[in-house]
Amino acid sequence: MRRPSNVPSNDTISMKRFFKIYLEKPELAGLVFLAILTIVFQARSGGVFLNGVNLQGILGLLPEVALVAMGVTLLMICGEFDLSVGSVFALTPMSMAVLLEAGWPFLPAISVGLFVAMAVGFVNGVLTVKFAIPSFITTLGMLFVARSLTVVISGGFPPLLPLNVIPKWLFVTYVGPGDMFRVSFIWFVVIAVGMTLLLSRTNFGNWVRATGGFLPAAKSMGIPTKRVKIACFMICSLLAGFAGTLQVMRLGAPLPSIGEGLELQAVAAAVIGGTALTGGIGTILGGIIGATLIRVIDNGLVLSQVDANWFKMALGALTVFAVILNAWLRKKAKSIKVETGK
Amino acid sequence: MNSDPIIQVKNLHKWYSGVHALKDVTLDFRRNETVGLVGDNGAGKSTLINLLSGMQSPTEGEIFFEGNKVSFKGPADAMEAGIETIYQYNSMVPTMSIARNMFIGREPMKYSIGGIGILDTKKMAVESVQAIADVDLHLRSPDALVGELSGGQRQGVAIARAMHFKSKVMILDEPTNHLAVKETQKVLGFIKSLKTIGIPGIFISHNIHHVFECCDRMVAMARGEVVLNKRVEDTNMTEILEVL
Repeated sequence: MRRPSNVPSNDTISMKRFFKIYLEKPELAGLVFLAILTIVFQARSGGVFLNGVNLQGILGLLPEVALVAMGVTLLMICGEFDLSVGSVFALTPMSMAVLLEAGWPFLPAISVGLFVAMAVGFVNGVLTVKFAIPSFITTLGMLFVARSLTVVISGGFPPLLPLNVIPKWLFVTYVGPGDMFRVSFIWFVVIAVGMTLLLSRTNFGNWVRATGGFLPAAKSMGIPTKRVKIACFMICSLLAGFAGTLQVMRLGAPLPSIGEGLELQAVAAAVIGGTALTGGIGTILGGIIGATLIRVIDNGLVLSQVDANWFKMALGALTVFAVILNAWLRKKAKSIKVETGK
Repeated sequence: MNSDPIIQVKNLHKWYSGVHALKDVTLDFRRNETVGLVGDNGAGKSTLINLLSGMQSPTEGEIFFEGNKVSFKGPADAMEAGIETIYQYNSMVPTMSIARNMFIGREPMKYSIGGIGILDTKKMAVESVQAIADVDLHLRSPDALVGELSGGQRQGVAIARAMHFKSKVMILDEPTNHLAVKETQKVLGFIKSLKTIGIPGIFISHNIHHVFECCDRMVAMARGEVVLNKRVEDTNMTEILEVL
Protein backbone atom coordinates (compact mmCIF):
# COMPACT_ATOMS: atom_id res chain seq x y z
CA MET A 1 0.00 0.00 0.00
CA ARG A 2 1.33 3.43 -0.91
CA ARG A 3 2.12 5.83 1.90
CA PRO A 4 3.65 9.29 1.84
CA SER A 5 7.15 9.53 3.32
CA ASN A 6 6.26 11.81 6.24
CA VAL A 7 4.11 9.17 7.91
CA PRO A 8 5.51 7.44 11.04
CA SER A 9 7.47 4.26 10.47
CA ASN A 10 5.86 0.86 10.31
CA ASP A 11 7.08 0.02 13.79
CA THR A 12 5.33 2.94 15.45
CA ILE A 13 2.16 2.13 13.61
CA SER A 14 2.17 -1.51 14.59
CA MET A 15 2.92 -0.59 18.22
CA LYS A 16 0.01 1.80 18.16
CA ARG A 17 -2.26 -0.77 16.62
CA PHE A 18 -1.14 -3.31 19.22
CA PHE A 19 -2.14 -0.92 22.03
CA LYS A 20 -5.36 -0.06 20.34
CA ILE A 21 -6.36 -3.69 19.94
CA TYR A 22 -5.61 -4.47 23.59
CA LEU A 23 -7.28 -1.38 25.00
CA GLU A 24 -10.37 -2.33 23.03
CA LYS A 25 -10.56 -5.83 24.53
CA PRO A 26 -13.77 -5.74 26.56
CA GLU A 27 -12.41 -8.06 29.25
CA LEU A 28 -9.37 -5.87 29.98
CA ALA A 29 -10.90 -3.88 32.85
CA GLY A 30 -11.94 -7.07 34.62
CA LEU A 31 -8.48 -8.52 34.21
CA VAL A 32 -6.90 -5.39 35.68
CA PHE A 33 -9.20 -5.55 38.73
CA LEU A 34 -8.47 -9.26 39.14
CA ALA A 35 -4.72 -8.63 39.20
CA ILE A 36 -5.03 -5.74 41.66
CA LEU A 37 -7.35 -7.59 44.02
CA THR A 38 -5.16 -10.70 43.97
CA ILE A 39 -2.18 -8.62 45.05
CA VAL A 40 -4.19 -6.76 47.72
CA PHE A 41 -5.72 -9.91 49.19
CA GLN A 42 -2.40 -11.75 49.10
CA ALA A 43 -0.81 -8.95 51.11
CA ARG A 44 -3.73 -8.43 53.50
CA SER A 45 -4.06 -12.13 54.27
CA GLY A 46 -0.37 -12.60 54.97
CA GLY A 47 0.12 -14.91 52.01
CA VAL A 48 -2.79 -17.22 52.75
CA PHE A 49 -4.83 -16.11 49.73
CA LEU A 50 -2.72 -17.84 47.10
CA ASN A 51 -1.79 -20.94 49.08
CA GLY A 52 -2.94 -24.38 47.99
CA VAL A 53 -5.78 -24.91 50.42
CA ASN A 54 -7.37 -21.56 49.73
CA LEU A 55 -7.03 -21.88 45.96
CA GLN A 56 -8.67 -25.27 46.30
CA GLY A 57 -11.59 -23.55 47.95
CA ILE A 58 -11.89 -20.89 45.25
CA LEU A 59 -11.49 -23.27 42.32
CA GLY A 60 -13.87 -25.79 43.83
CA LEU A 61 -16.75 -23.31 43.85
CA LEU A 62 -15.83 -21.32 40.75
CA PRO A 63 -17.40 -23.62 38.12
CA GLU A 64 -20.88 -23.20 39.58
CA VAL A 65 -20.95 -19.40 39.24
CA ALA A 66 -18.84 -19.32 36.09
CA LEU A 67 -21.05 -21.72 34.12
CA VAL A 68 -24.07 -19.55 34.85
CA ALA A 69 -22.11 -16.40 33.96
CA MET A 70 -20.98 -17.89 30.63
CA GLY A 71 -24.55 -18.64 29.57
CA VAL A 72 -25.77 -15.21 30.63
CA THR A 73 -22.84 -13.64 28.76
CA LEU A 74 -23.68 -15.47 25.55
CA LEU A 75 -27.31 -14.44 25.83
CA MET A 76 -26.41 -10.80 26.54
CA ILE A 77 -24.13 -10.71 23.50
CA CYS A 78 -27.17 -11.92 21.54
CA GLY A 79 -29.05 -8.91 22.92
CA GLU A 80 -31.28 -10.63 25.48
CA PHE A 81 -31.49 -11.09 29.25
CA ASP A 82 -32.18 -14.05 31.50
CA LEU A 83 -33.29 -13.38 35.06
CA SER A 84 -34.54 -16.94 35.55
CA VAL A 85 -31.12 -18.65 35.73
CA GLY A 86 -31.14 -18.63 39.55
CA SER A 87 -34.44 -20.48 39.61
CA VAL A 88 -33.36 -22.94 36.88
CA PHE A 89 -30.24 -23.49 39.00
CA ALA A 90 -32.58 -24.90 41.68
CA LEU A 91 -35.30 -26.48 39.51
CA THR A 92 -32.96 -28.70 37.48
CA PRO A 93 -31.31 -30.57 40.37
CA MET A 94 -34.63 -30.71 42.21
CA SER A 95 -36.20 -32.49 39.22
CA MET A 96 -33.30 -34.89 39.20
CA ALA A 97 -33.46 -35.47 42.95
CA VAL A 98 -37.18 -36.18 42.96
CA LEU A 99 -36.72 -38.78 40.22
CA LEU A 100 -33.73 -40.34 41.99
CA GLU A 101 -35.79 -40.64 45.17
CA ALA A 102 -38.51 -42.34 43.16
CA GLY A 103 -35.95 -44.97 42.22
CA TRP A 104 -34.84 -43.78 38.77
CA PRO A 105 -31.25 -44.56 37.78
CA PHE A 106 -28.83 -41.62 37.64
CA LEU A 107 -28.48 -41.10 33.89
CA PRO A 108 -32.19 -40.81 33.02
CA ALA A 109 -32.76 -38.63 36.08
CA ILE A 110 -30.06 -36.09 35.26
CA SER A 111 -31.14 -36.13 31.60
CA VAL A 112 -34.69 -35.22 32.55
CA GLY A 113 -33.31 -32.48 34.82
CA LEU A 114 -31.25 -30.96 32.02
CA PHE A 115 -34.16 -31.36 29.62
CA VAL A 116 -36.33 -29.35 32.03
CA ALA A 117 -33.65 -26.63 32.00
CA MET A 118 -33.62 -26.50 28.19
CA ALA A 119 -37.42 -26.48 28.10
CA VAL A 120 -37.44 -23.43 30.40
CA GLY A 121 -34.97 -21.71 28.05
CA PHE A 122 -37.12 -22.66 25.08
CA VAL A 123 -40.23 -21.17 26.66
CA ASN A 124 -38.30 -18.01 27.59
CA GLY A 125 -37.06 -17.69 24.01
CA VAL A 126 -40.33 -18.43 22.24
CA LEU A 127 -42.33 -16.06 24.44
CA THR A 128 -39.74 -13.32 23.90
CA VAL A 129 -39.43 -13.54 20.11
CA LYS A 130 -43.02 -14.54 19.24
CA PHE A 131 -44.68 -11.81 21.23
CA ALA A 132 -41.82 -9.33 20.81
CA ILE A 133 -41.73 -8.51 24.52
CA PRO A 134 -38.55 -7.64 26.44
CA SER A 135 -36.79 -10.72 27.79
CA PHE A 136 -36.47 -8.81 31.05
CA ILE A 137 -40.21 -9.36 31.49
CA THR A 138 -40.48 -12.96 30.24
CA THR A 139 -37.58 -14.16 32.33
CA LEU A 140 -38.66 -12.16 35.39
CA GLY A 141 -41.93 -14.09 35.16
CA MET A 142 -40.01 -17.31 34.71
CA LEU A 143 -37.90 -16.50 37.79
CA PHE A 144 -41.04 -16.85 39.92
CA VAL A 145 -42.60 -19.69 37.95
CA ALA A 146 -39.50 -21.91 38.03
CA ARG A 147 -38.82 -21.18 41.72
CA SER A 148 -42.39 -22.01 42.59
CA LEU A 149 -42.22 -25.27 40.62
CA THR A 150 -39.05 -26.18 42.49
CA VAL A 151 -40.78 -25.88 45.85
CA VAL A 152 -43.93 -27.62 44.60
CA ILE A 153 -42.17 -30.71 43.23
CA SER A 154 -40.03 -30.96 46.35
CA GLY A 155 -43.30 -31.31 48.27
CA GLY A 156 -42.03 -28.89 50.89
CA PHE A 157 -39.57 -31.48 52.13
CA PRO A 158 -36.40 -31.60 50.06
CA PRO A 159 -35.87 -35.22 48.99
CA LEU A 160 -32.86 -37.07 50.29
CA LEU A 161 -30.26 -37.54 47.60
CA PRO A 162 -29.42 -41.27 47.43
CA LEU A 163 -25.68 -40.68 47.47
CA ASN A 164 -24.75 -44.19 46.41
CA VAL A 165 -26.29 -43.81 42.93
CA ILE A 166 -24.49 -40.54 42.11
CA PRO A 167 -21.18 -41.00 40.29
CA LYS A 168 -19.32 -38.50 42.44
CA TRP A 169 -16.04 -39.32 40.74
CA LEU A 170 -17.48 -37.88 37.54
CA PHE A 171 -18.48 -34.52 39.04
CA VAL A 172 -17.27 -33.51 42.46
CA THR A 173 -14.30 -35.61 43.61
CA TYR A 174 -11.02 -33.76 44.08
CA VAL A 175 -8.40 -34.44 41.42
CA GLY A 176 -5.18 -32.98 40.11
CA PRO A 177 -1.85 -32.25 41.77
CA GLY A 178 -2.39 -31.80 45.51
CA ASP A 179 -6.13 -32.32 44.93
CA MET A 180 -6.17 -28.77 43.59
CA PHE A 181 -9.60 -28.88 42.01
CA ARG A 182 -12.76 -30.89 41.70
CA VAL A 183 -13.77 -32.81 38.57
CA SER A 184 -16.39 -30.11 38.07
CA PHE A 185 -13.53 -27.79 37.22
CA ILE A 186 -12.60 -30.00 34.25
CA TRP A 187 -16.21 -29.89 33.06
CA PHE A 188 -16.08 -26.13 33.39
CA VAL A 189 -12.82 -25.82 31.40
CA VAL A 190 -14.10 -28.08 28.61
CA ILE A 191 -17.41 -26.21 28.39
CA ALA A 192 -15.62 -22.84 28.52
CA VAL A 193 -13.35 -23.78 25.63
CA GLY A 194 -16.33 -25.13 23.70
CA MET A 195 -18.37 -21.98 24.30
CA THR A 196 -15.46 -19.72 23.34
CA LEU A 197 -14.98 -21.61 20.09
CA LEU A 198 -18.72 -21.58 19.44
CA LEU A 199 -18.82 -17.80 19.75
CA SER A 200 -15.58 -16.93 17.96
CA ARG A 201 -14.99 -19.68 15.43
CA THR A 202 -18.38 -20.82 14.13
CA ASN A 203 -20.97 -19.30 11.86
CA PHE A 204 -23.46 -19.59 14.72
CA GLY A 205 -21.20 -17.33 16.81
CA ASN A 206 -21.14 -14.85 13.96
CA TRP A 207 -24.95 -14.86 13.89
CA VAL A 208 -25.17 -14.38 17.67
CA ARG A 209 -22.92 -11.32 17.50
CA ALA A 210 -24.74 -9.90 14.48
CA THR A 211 -28.17 -10.46 16.07
CA GLY A 212 -27.15 -8.66 19.25
CA GLY A 213 -24.96 -6.10 17.48
CA PHE A 214 -27.50 -4.72 15.05
CA LEU A 215 -30.73 -6.66 14.60
CA PRO A 216 -31.96 -5.02 11.37
CA ALA A 217 -28.68 -5.82 9.62
CA ALA A 218 -28.74 -9.42 10.80
CA LYS A 219 -32.33 -9.77 9.57
CA SER A 220 -31.65 -8.19 6.19
CA MET A 221 -28.70 -10.54 5.68
CA GLY A 222 -31.04 -13.47 6.08
CA ILE A 223 -29.93 -14.69 9.52
CA PRO A 224 -32.70 -16.61 11.32
CA THR A 225 -32.48 -14.20 14.26
CA LYS A 226 -35.45 -15.65 16.13
CA ARG A 227 -34.02 -19.14 16.08
CA VAL A 228 -30.58 -17.82 17.07
CA LYS A 229 -32.12 -16.10 20.09
CA ILE A 230 -34.12 -19.15 21.13
CA ALA A 231 -30.97 -21.28 20.86
CA CYS A 232 -29.07 -18.83 23.10
CA PHE A 233 -31.88 -18.88 25.69
CA MET A 234 -31.71 -22.68 25.69
CA ILE A 235 -27.91 -22.82 26.04
CA CYS A 236 -28.05 -20.27 28.86
CA SER A 237 -30.70 -22.23 30.74
CA LEU A 238 -28.92 -25.54 30.17
CA LEU A 239 -25.68 -24.19 31.63
CA ALA A 240 -27.51 -22.76 34.65
CA GLY A 241 -29.23 -26.09 35.22
CA PHE A 242 -25.98 -28.01 34.93
CA ALA A 243 -24.27 -25.60 37.34
CA GLY A 244 -27.05 -26.11 39.89
CA THR A 245 -26.78 -29.87 39.48
CA LEU A 246 -23.05 -29.64 40.21
CA GLN A 247 -23.73 -27.66 43.37
CA VAL A 248 -26.34 -30.09 44.63
CA MET A 249 -24.03 -33.04 44.04
CA ARG A 250 -21.28 -31.20 45.92
CA LEU A 251 -23.56 -30.39 48.87
CA GLY A 252 -25.31 -33.74 48.77
CA ALA A 253 -28.76 -32.23 49.26
CA PRO A 254 -31.14 -30.36 46.95
CA LEU A 255 -32.42 -27.26 48.70
CA PRO A 256 -35.24 -25.40 46.94
CA SER A 257 -33.66 -22.08 47.85
CA ILE A 258 -30.26 -22.45 46.15
CA GLY A 259 -29.35 -19.95 43.47
CA GLU A 260 -31.43 -17.09 44.86
CA GLY A 261 -29.83 -13.84 43.72
CA LEU A 262 -27.55 -15.74 41.37
CA GLU A 263 -29.18 -14.19 38.28
CA LEU A 264 -27.96 -10.75 39.30
CA GLN A 265 -24.49 -12.03 40.20
CA ALA A 266 -24.30 -13.57 36.74
CA VAL A 267 -25.29 -10.30 35.07
CA ALA A 268 -22.71 -8.53 37.24
CA ALA A 269 -20.05 -11.06 36.18
CA ALA A 270 -20.88 -10.55 32.50
CA VAL A 271 -20.84 -6.78 32.85
CA ILE A 272 -17.59 -6.75 34.83
CA GLY A 273 -16.16 -8.90 32.05
CA GLY A 274 -17.02 -6.24 29.49
CA THR A 275 -20.31 -7.48 28.06
CA ALA A 276 -22.49 -4.61 26.85
CA LEU A 277 -26.10 -4.46 28.04
CA THR A 278 -27.02 -3.39 24.52
CA GLY A 279 -25.69 -6.59 22.97
CA GLY A 280 -23.07 -7.38 20.36
CA ILE A 281 -20.04 -6.76 22.58
CA GLY A 282 -18.47 -9.22 25.01
CA THR A 283 -16.55 -12.46 25.33
CA ILE A 284 -16.99 -15.74 27.15
CA LEU A 285 -13.58 -15.19 28.76
CA GLY A 286 -14.86 -11.86 30.08
CA GLY A 287 -17.79 -13.60 31.77
CA ILE A 288 -15.40 -16.10 33.35
CA ILE A 289 -13.12 -13.31 34.58
CA GLY A 290 -16.15 -11.57 36.06
CA ALA A 291 -17.25 -14.75 37.83
CA THR A 292 -13.71 -15.32 39.11
CA LEU A 293 -13.63 -11.79 40.49
CA ILE A 294 -16.84 -12.43 42.41
CA ARG A 295 -15.37 -15.61 43.96
CA VAL A 296 -12.11 -13.83 44.71
CA ILE A 297 -13.82 -10.94 46.50
CA ASP A 298 -16.04 -13.30 48.48
CA ASN A 299 -13.03 -15.32 49.58
CA GLY A 300 -10.55 -12.49 49.92
CA LEU A 301 -12.78 -10.41 52.20
CA VAL A 302 -13.09 -13.33 54.59
CA LEU A 303 -9.35 -13.92 54.59
CA SER A 304 -8.72 -10.23 55.17
CA GLN A 305 -11.01 -10.52 58.22
CA VAL A 306 -13.41 -7.98 56.83
CA ASP A 307 -17.03 -8.28 57.95
CA ALA A 308 -18.64 -10.57 55.33
CA ASN A 309 -21.55 -8.17 54.99
CA TRP A 310 -19.29 -5.94 52.94
CA PHE A 311 -19.37 -8.52 50.12
CA LYS A 312 -22.34 -7.06 48.29
CA MET A 313 -20.98 -3.58 48.74
CA ALA A 314 -17.72 -4.61 47.11
CA LEU A 315 -19.51 -6.45 44.32
CA GLY A 316 -21.73 -3.48 43.58
CA ALA A 317 -18.86 -1.00 43.56
CA LEU A 318 -16.79 -3.27 41.34
CA THR A 319 -19.61 -3.67 38.81
CA VAL A 320 -20.00 0.06 38.41
CA PHE A 321 -16.27 0.81 38.36
CA ALA A 322 -15.53 -1.96 35.87
CA VAL A 323 -18.01 -0.47 33.44
CA ILE A 324 -16.61 3.02 33.96
CA LEU A 325 -13.04 1.80 33.48
CA ASN A 326 -14.09 -0.11 30.37
CA ALA A 327 -15.76 2.91 28.83
CA TRP A 328 -12.69 5.00 29.61
CA LEU A 329 -10.32 2.43 28.08
CA ARG A 330 -12.42 2.22 24.95
CA LYS A 331 -12.42 5.98 24.61
CA LYS A 332 -8.64 5.99 25.00
CA ALA A 333 -8.38 3.29 22.36
CA LYS A 334 -10.54 5.27 19.98
CA SER A 335 -8.36 8.32 20.35
CA ILE A 336 -5.31 6.34 19.20
CA LYS A 337 -5.44 7.07 15.52
CA VAL A 338 -4.77 4.16 13.26
CA GLU A 339 -5.99 4.97 9.80
CA THR A 340 -8.58 2.62 8.41
CA GLY A 341 -8.05 3.68 4.84
CA LYS A 342 -6.76 6.50 2.74
CA MET B 1 -26.19 -6.89 -24.10
CA ASN B 2 -29.72 -8.24 -24.13
CA SER B 3 -32.53 -6.18 -22.82
CA ASP B 4 -34.98 -8.82 -21.66
CA PRO B 5 -36.35 -8.25 -18.16
CA ILE B 6 -34.46 -9.74 -15.22
CA ILE B 7 -37.23 -8.87 -12.76
CA GLN B 8 -40.87 -8.47 -13.68
CA VAL B 9 -43.57 -7.58 -11.23
CA LYS B 10 -47.21 -7.97 -12.22
CA ASN B 11 -50.24 -6.41 -10.52
CA LEU B 12 -48.50 -6.20 -7.17
CA HIS B 13 -50.58 -5.14 -4.17
CA LYS B 14 -49.54 -4.73 -0.56
CA TRP B 15 -51.78 -3.94 2.38
CA TYR B 16 -50.45 -3.00 5.81
CA SER B 17 -53.21 -3.42 8.37
CA GLY B 18 -55.72 -1.28 6.52
CA VAL B 19 -53.31 0.83 4.49
CA HIS B 20 -53.08 0.15 0.77
CA ALA B 21 -49.35 0.80 0.38
CA LEU B 22 -48.87 -0.63 -3.09
CA LYS B 23 -51.62 -0.43 -5.71
CA ASP B 24 -51.47 -2.64 -8.76
CA VAL B 25 -47.82 -2.09 -9.67
CA THR B 26 -46.57 -3.63 -12.89
CA LEU B 27 -42.95 -3.03 -13.87
CA ASP B 28 -40.07 -4.56 -15.81
CA PHE B 29 -36.44 -4.22 -14.73
CA ARG B 30 -34.18 -4.93 -17.71
CA ARG B 31 -30.73 -6.47 -17.71
CA ASN B 32 -28.96 -3.54 -19.30
CA GLU B 33 -30.51 -0.76 -17.27
CA THR B 34 -29.96 0.98 -13.97
CA VAL B 35 -33.37 2.10 -12.82
CA GLY B 36 -33.91 5.13 -10.63
CA LEU B 37 -36.87 4.84 -8.30
CA VAL B 38 -38.05 8.18 -6.96
CA GLY B 39 -40.98 9.33 -4.91
CA ASP B 40 -41.97 11.12 -1.76
CA ASN B 41 -42.09 9.51 1.68
CA GLY B 42 -44.88 6.95 1.79
CA ALA B 43 -45.08 6.69 -2.01
CA GLY B 44 -44.51 2.93 -1.88
CA LYS B 45 -40.84 2.76 -2.89
CA SER B 46 -39.71 0.98 0.24
CA THR B 47 -42.67 -1.35 0.14
CA LEU B 48 -41.79 -2.39 -3.41
CA ILE B 49 -38.16 -2.93 -2.39
CA ASN B 50 -39.16 -4.97 0.65
CA LEU B 51 -41.13 -7.29 -1.63
CA LEU B 52 -38.25 -7.67 -4.09
CA SER B 53 -35.66 -8.29 -1.36
CA GLY B 54 -37.79 -10.91 0.37
CA MET B 55 -38.30 -8.93 3.58
CA GLN B 56 -42.08 -9.10 3.03
CA SER B 57 -44.55 -10.98 0.82
CA PRO B 58 -47.04 -9.30 -1.51
CA THR B 59 -50.72 -9.38 -0.57
CA GLU B 60 -51.56 -9.98 -4.21
CA GLY B 61 -49.69 -10.18 -7.52
CA GLU B 62 -46.66 -11.97 -8.92
CA ILE B 63 -42.89 -11.49 -9.10
CA PHE B 64 -40.83 -13.10 -11.87
CA PHE B 65 -37.07 -13.43 -11.67
CA GLU B 66 -35.25 -14.35 -14.89
CA GLY B 67 -38.59 -15.44 -16.29
CA ASN B 68 -39.54 -17.74 -13.43
CA LYS B 69 -42.23 -17.00 -10.89
CA VAL B 70 -40.70 -16.61 -7.43
CA SER B 71 -42.05 -16.23 -3.92
CA PHE B 72 -39.27 -15.38 -1.50
CA LYS B 73 -39.77 -16.59 2.08
CA GLY B 74 -37.06 -14.30 3.44
CA PRO B 75 -34.05 -12.18 2.53
CA ALA B 76 -31.90 -15.34 2.35
CA ASP B 77 -34.05 -16.64 -0.55
CA ALA B 78 -33.71 -13.43 -2.51
CA MET B 79 -29.95 -13.30 -1.92
CA GLU B 80 -29.67 -16.94 -2.96
CA ALA B 81 -31.44 -16.08 -6.22
CA GLY B 82 -29.07 -13.15 -6.77
CA ILE B 83 -30.91 -10.07 -5.56
CA GLU B 84 -28.72 -8.10 -3.16
CA THR B 85 -30.10 -5.12 -1.25
CA ILE B 86 -28.04 -2.33 0.25
CA TYR B 87 -29.86 -0.24 2.83
CA GLN B 88 -28.98 3.24 3.95
CA TYR B 89 -27.48 2.04 7.23
CA ASN B 90 -29.02 -1.31 7.77
CA SER B 91 -26.68 -3.78 6.25
CA MET B 92 -23.57 -3.71 8.48
CA VAL B 93 -23.02 -4.59 12.14
CA PRO B 94 -20.78 -1.83 13.59
CA THR B 95 -19.39 -3.98 16.41
CA MET B 96 -18.06 -6.61 14.00
CA SER B 97 -15.01 -6.65 11.77
CA ILE B 98 -15.08 -5.99 8.05
CA ALA B 99 -14.23 -9.60 7.25
CA ARG B 100 -17.05 -10.87 9.43
CA ASN B 101 -19.53 -8.39 8.02
CA MET B 102 -18.64 -9.45 4.48
CA PHE B 103 -19.80 -12.98 5.16
CA ILE B 104 -22.72 -12.58 7.60
CA GLY B 105 -25.18 -15.36 6.85
CA ARG B 106 -22.95 -16.78 4.09
CA GLU B 107 -19.86 -17.78 6.05
CA PRO B 108 -17.34 -20.06 4.35
CA MET B 109 -16.72 -23.08 6.55
CA LYS B 110 -14.01 -25.68 6.91
CA TYR B 111 -16.57 -28.27 7.87
CA SER B 112 -20.11 -28.21 9.12
CA ILE B 113 -22.89 -30.39 10.46
CA GLY B 114 -26.48 -29.40 9.82
CA GLY B 115 -25.54 -25.91 8.67
CA ILE B 116 -23.46 -25.05 11.76
CA GLY B 117 -19.69 -25.32 11.45
CA ILE B 118 -16.19 -23.96 11.88
CA LEU B 119 -15.44 -20.70 10.05
CA ASP B 120 -12.72 -20.56 7.45
CA THR B 121 -11.31 -17.31 8.86
CA LYS B 122 -8.31 -17.34 6.55
CA LYS B 123 -10.51 -17.48 3.48
CA MET B 124 -12.71 -14.75 4.95
CA ALA B 125 -9.72 -12.45 5.46
CA VAL B 126 -8.18 -13.07 2.03
CA GLU B 127 -11.43 -12.79 0.10
CA SER B 128 -12.63 -9.69 1.89
CA VAL B 129 -9.36 -7.88 1.17
CA GLN B 130 -9.71 -8.88 -2.49
CA ALA B 131 -13.39 -7.92 -2.69
CA ILE B 132 -12.73 -4.50 -1.17
CA ALA B 133 -9.81 -3.87 -3.52
CA ASP B 134 -12.07 -4.85 -6.45
CA VAL B 135 -14.37 -1.91 -5.80
CA ASP B 136 -11.34 0.36 -5.58
CA LEU B 137 -11.70 0.90 -1.86
CA HIS B 138 -8.49 0.77 0.15
CA LEU B 139 -8.74 -0.37 3.74
CA ARG B 140 -5.77 -1.29 5.83
CA SER B 141 -7.08 -4.34 7.60
CA PRO B 142 -10.08 -6.68 7.26
CA ASP B 143 -10.03 -6.91 11.07
CA ALA B 144 -10.96 -3.27 11.58
CA LEU B 145 -14.42 -2.80 13.06
CA VAL B 146 -17.05 -1.50 10.67
CA GLY B 147 -17.99 1.02 13.37
CA GLU B 148 -14.66 2.76 12.75
CA LEU B 149 -15.38 3.32 9.05
CA SER B 150 -17.00 6.39 7.58
CA GLY B 151 -20.48 6.14 6.11
CA GLY B 152 -19.14 6.07 2.57
CA GLN B 153 -16.61 3.37 3.37
CA ARG B 154 -19.40 1.28 4.90
CA GLN B 155 -21.47 1.54 1.75
CA GLY B 156 -18.34 0.64 -0.19
CA VAL B 157 -17.94 -2.52 1.87
CA ALA B 158 -21.64 -3.33 1.37
CA ILE B 159 -21.24 -2.93 -2.37
CA ALA B 160 -18.05 -5.01 -2.32
CA ARG B 161 -20.00 -7.70 -0.51
CA ALA B 162 -22.74 -7.69 -3.14
CA MET B 163 -20.16 -7.92 -5.93
CA HIS B 164 -18.29 -10.70 -4.19
CA PHE B 165 -21.40 -12.85 -4.05
CA LYS B 166 -21.99 -12.34 -7.76
CA SER B 167 -25.36 -10.78 -7.32
CA LYS B 168 -27.41 -10.47 -10.50
CA VAL B 169 -29.37 -7.40 -9.44
CA MET B 170 -28.38 -4.80 -6.90
CA ILE B 171 -31.00 -2.78 -5.06
CA LEU B 172 -29.65 0.37 -3.41
CA ASP B 173 -32.14 1.82 -0.94
CA GLU B 174 -31.16 5.43 -0.25
CA PRO B 175 -27.44 4.57 -0.08
CA THR B 176 -26.36 8.21 -0.04
CA ASN B 177 -28.44 9.35 2.94
CA HIS B 178 -26.40 10.79 5.80
CA LEU B 179 -23.24 10.91 3.69
CA ALA B 180 -20.84 13.81 3.21
CA VAL B 181 -20.66 15.36 -0.25
CA LYS B 182 -17.39 13.71 -1.17
CA GLU B 183 -18.55 10.33 0.02
CA THR B 184 -21.81 10.71 -1.86
CA GLN B 185 -19.82 11.19 -5.06
CA LYS B 186 -17.92 8.01 -4.32
CA VAL B 187 -21.09 5.99 -3.83
CA LEU B 188 -22.58 7.45 -7.02
CA GLY B 189 -19.38 6.35 -8.71
CA PHE B 190 -19.99 2.80 -7.49
CA ILE B 191 -23.49 2.89 -8.88
CA LYS B 192 -22.29 4.09 -12.28
CA SER B 193 -19.66 1.36 -12.33
CA LEU B 194 -22.38 -1.29 -11.94
CA LYS B 195 -23.38 -0.73 -15.54
CA THR B 196 -19.85 -1.20 -16.84
CA ILE B 197 -19.64 -4.59 -15.19
CA GLY B 198 -23.09 -5.54 -16.41
CA ILE B 199 -25.06 -5.66 -13.16
CA PRO B 200 -28.49 -4.06 -13.39
CA GLY B 201 -29.29 -1.82 -10.45
CA ILE B 202 -32.32 -0.31 -8.79
CA PHE B 203 -31.43 2.97 -7.14
CA ILE B 204 -33.86 4.53 -4.69
CA SER B 205 -33.29 8.12 -3.69
CA HIS B 206 -34.95 11.31 -2.53
CA ASN B 207 -32.43 13.23 -4.54
CA ILE B 208 -33.57 13.40 -8.15
CA HIS B 209 -30.25 14.95 -9.25
CA HIS B 210 -28.39 11.86 -8.07
CA VAL B 211 -30.79 9.58 -9.88
CA PHE B 212 -30.49 11.52 -13.13
CA GLU B 213 -26.73 11.35 -12.79
CA CYS B 214 -26.41 7.59 -12.80
CA CYS B 215 -29.57 5.91 -14.08
CA ASP B 216 -30.94 4.91 -17.49
CA ARG B 217 -34.61 4.78 -16.63
CA MET B 218 -36.74 6.79 -14.24
CA VAL B 219 -39.64 5.29 -12.35
CA ALA B 220 -41.63 7.68 -10.21
CA MET B 221 -44.11 6.55 -7.58
CA ALA B 222 -46.81 8.42 -5.74
CA ARG B 223 -49.55 7.18 -3.39
CA GLY B 224 -48.58 3.55 -3.99
CA GLU B 225 -48.78 3.74 -7.77
CA VAL B 226 -46.29 4.08 -10.62
CA VAL B 227 -46.95 7.51 -12.10
CA LEU B 228 -44.06 7.74 -14.56
CA ASN B 229 -41.81 5.23 -16.30
CA LYS B 230 -39.49 6.66 -18.97
CA ARG B 231 -35.91 6.53 -20.22
CA VAL B 232 -33.93 9.46 -18.76
CA GLU B 233 -33.44 10.99 -22.19
CA ASP B 234 -37.23 11.10 -22.68
CA THR B 235 -38.00 13.01 -19.50
CA ASN B 236 -36.70 15.85 -17.37
CA MET B 237 -36.63 17.12 -13.82
CA THR B 238 -39.68 19.35 -14.18
CA GLU B 239 -41.87 16.57 -15.48
CA ILE B 240 -40.90 14.31 -12.61
CA LEU B 241 -41.43 16.94 -9.96
CA GLU B 242 -44.88 17.56 -11.42
CA VAL B 243 -46.06 13.96 -11.18
CA LEU B 244 -44.77 13.37 -7.65
